[in-house]
Amino acid sequence: MIRARINQIDVEVAEGTSILAAARGVQVKIPTLCKHKDLLPTAACGICIVRNKGGNKLIRACCTPLENGMEITTHDREIVDVRRSTLELILSNHPQACLTCGRNGECELQSLAADFNIPLESIKRYVKDVPRDCSTGSIIIDFQKCIKCGRCIQVCQEMQNVWALSFLDRGINTRMAPAGDITLAESPCVKCGQCSAHCPTGAIVENDETPLVWEALHDPNKICVVQIAPSVRVTVGESFGLPPGTNLTKKLYAALRRLGFAAVFDTNFSADLTIVEEASEFIERFVHQRGQLPLITSCCPSWTDFMEKRHYDFIDNFSTAKSPQQMLGVLAKTYYAQKLGLDPAKIFVVSIMPCTAKKYELSRTEEMYASGFKDVDVALTTRELARMLKQSGIDFLNLADGAPDSMLGDYTGAGTIFGATGGVMEAALRTAYFYATGKKLAKVEVEAVRGLDGVKEGTIDIAGTPVRVAVAHGLANVEQVLDRVRAARKAGTDTPYHFIEVMACPGGCIGGGGQPYGVDNERRKLRIAGLYADDRDCAIRCSHDNPEVIRVYDEFLGQPLGARAHELLHTRYTARPLYKR
Amino acid sequence: MISSPTPENQGRPAGDVSAPPAPQKAAPKPSSTPAPFSRVSHILEKHGRKPSRLVPILQEVQEEYRYLPSEVLSFVARSLNVAPARVFGVATFYAHFAIKPKGRHLVRLCDGTACHVKDSVPILDAIRAKLGVDAKQPTSRDLLFTVETVACLGACGLAPVVVIDDQVHGAMTPEKACAALDAVIAKEKEVAS
Repeated sequence: MIRARINQIDVEVAEGTSILAAARGVQVKIPTLCKHKDLLPTAACGICIVRNKGGNKLIRACCTPLENGMEITTHDREIVDVRRSTLELILSNHPQACLTCGRNGECELQSLAADFNIPLESIKRYVKDVPRDCSTGSIIIDFQKCIKCGRCIQVCQEMQNVWALSFLDRGINTRMAPAGDITLAESPCVKCGQCSAHCPTGAIVENDETPLVWEALHDPNKICVVQIAPSVRVTVGESFGLPPGTNLTKKLYAALRRLGFAAVFDTNFSADLTIVEEASEFIERFVHQRGQLPLITSCCPSWTDFMEKRHYDFIDNFSTAKSPQQMLGVLAKTYYAQKLGLDPAKIFVVSIMPCTAKKYELSRTEEMYASGFKDVDVALTTRELARMLKQSGIDFLNLADGAPDSMLGDYTGAGTIFGATGGVMEAALRTAYFYATGKKLAKVEVEAVRGLDGVKEGTIDIAGTPVRVAVAHGLANVEQVLDRVRAARKAGTDTPYHFIEVMACPGGCIGGGGQPYGVDNERRKLRIAGLYADDRDCAIRCSHDNPEVIRVYDEFLGQPLGARAHELLHTRYTARPLYKR
Repeated sequence: MISSPTPENQGRPAGDVSAPPAPQKAAPKPSSTPAPFSRVSHILEKHGRKPSRLVPILQEVQEEYRYLPSEVLSFVARSLNVAPARVFGVATFYAHFAIKPKGRHLVRLCDGTACHVKDSVPILDAIRAKLGVDAKQPTSRDLLFTVETVACLGACGLAPVVVIDDQVHGAMTPEKACAALDAVIAKEKEVAS
């Protein structure tokens, strides 16, 4: 144990605890800008400086461990003055565009400037004229607003192992950019948006497409329908001051109806549908030995993009089932349109997603146009939805509960846990077990695949045969799982896993790149708990028992993996090796 | 030392990055048109394709091409199995590395304290005016000269100092510097004819 004093308060912390963390433990807040709870400290910004008694210089609290006998002062006149100067220097390279910035009101730099009451007019500005990068359509980089804290680069390289962004040049010329002066779209970027979720300023934000949705809602010739992704229901409340994990499903139904949507559907319904298709695929491969094992989940578009770019030797292992977003879109423009006698050309499908990559998925391949139209017209992130609700004048939190539209609205507990890491696996196992044995699982919870460990492994007994599964989240964790499969292939031994689930973002969709800001593991846990509570409270907890799913097969799709299902609900993958320019 | 240009490093890098030669087989091709990247492959081989040897590899590649073309950087990244982002990060970090072509002759003007107070700036202006270069475009259009400033060459007794290639010229004036450049240009013309 380390014993020291911070602002005359005795502290006792475990060895290795940073001064910053030790200070937080005794209710002392040291301001920071570059430090993020998900990431190792880089000591880039210099805002968190403190003084140790007897020391001849100020030290950075984020990266300095507390030592025995230290007497730390976190705030005195000189320290605060130095912090103010640092902040002024950062602001002198920052455009004065707060009022029109995508992060307005939620910017860490803005709030720090407000705390220090920096008179903005007094700062002489040297802002380089660099164009924005809008090449991906998912996220937008505004290089002018970058404060070079390095969070996005750490996220891109260490958390996601994508290596799209890096620091180039040095000194005053240092800049964050895709290496080699190429656009983000040409880079290895997979559009996961974790950079935007971790950026302290508006330098990386989602591509705001709310104007397209407003336009469609106001167009009398359009029939706007909407779907809500599993994780959005437990995160959107954060944008309205509610604690993470608060389940607002029914309020969302009501609010979206008030926004003017003709029908409100739930992506949880199509998550159930995805599971029916995917579990059927698994049974084909596992029980009937038709197709390669392991089966790998494919509902995360960043993961499919990453696989096509970096791990294309696994294309044959990928589930061809489309993601829930795309399944709902195609059914809205076929099944729903036919049942109600609507012109599918007039139907405008909006999806509310936790994810920036979902914007990319809409036009990923030609299978995304299986209805004959663009199956999903616009994908909004949770953050964009919150903005729309605030613009609309709807008193969201005090609305009476609403209900979804039938046909594509009912969901089971298995659908709702799609939003958490391990959830797709758990949902698929519930259904696969039933398909293989004809029996119901005694206990539907699969604890082995729950939680926030980067890689989770488990063995589930299905009809006397052990099914070995692995779940990885955060793309940096994928490689070790795939490498084990590769090693077994090379050695000619039995595959180490039969079924693998991958989600690109740490925690799964609840930690997605389009979710409300400020994510860390505490928040991830609360959001996940919200989803598992929703699952627990559902009367039906297995996808194949969803009455609307059963009905859509009876009335429209035929059999799982059947001809029509194949035509509408499945997709293909292509190897897209990088740096082929 | 800057090696004199050969047919290969003048026109190179050429070729399609999408089809780099397989590292092991050094693509036997007619000697008149050497395989693209074969020299880089040789350098990589010499360093055992170790990512930890990135800086010396880039140094040797730069000696070969006089700068680090982006196609070559991508090729080096792929061969070392590291992300291009890392290679570009290193290549742009060190002042020694150039990612734009440099001229055949390197002119370095000292602008350290001693040279500066001995009026190095008018010399720099004269050199730049003569060669038609500036701080943003330090290389002449004919790719003959690149003009750089350095902080201190450690030859303050000779201030102001200009170094052309490896030859140190002391006690410079704008006129003397231009004369030294003329001598280099004359030699180039001699070789050409």
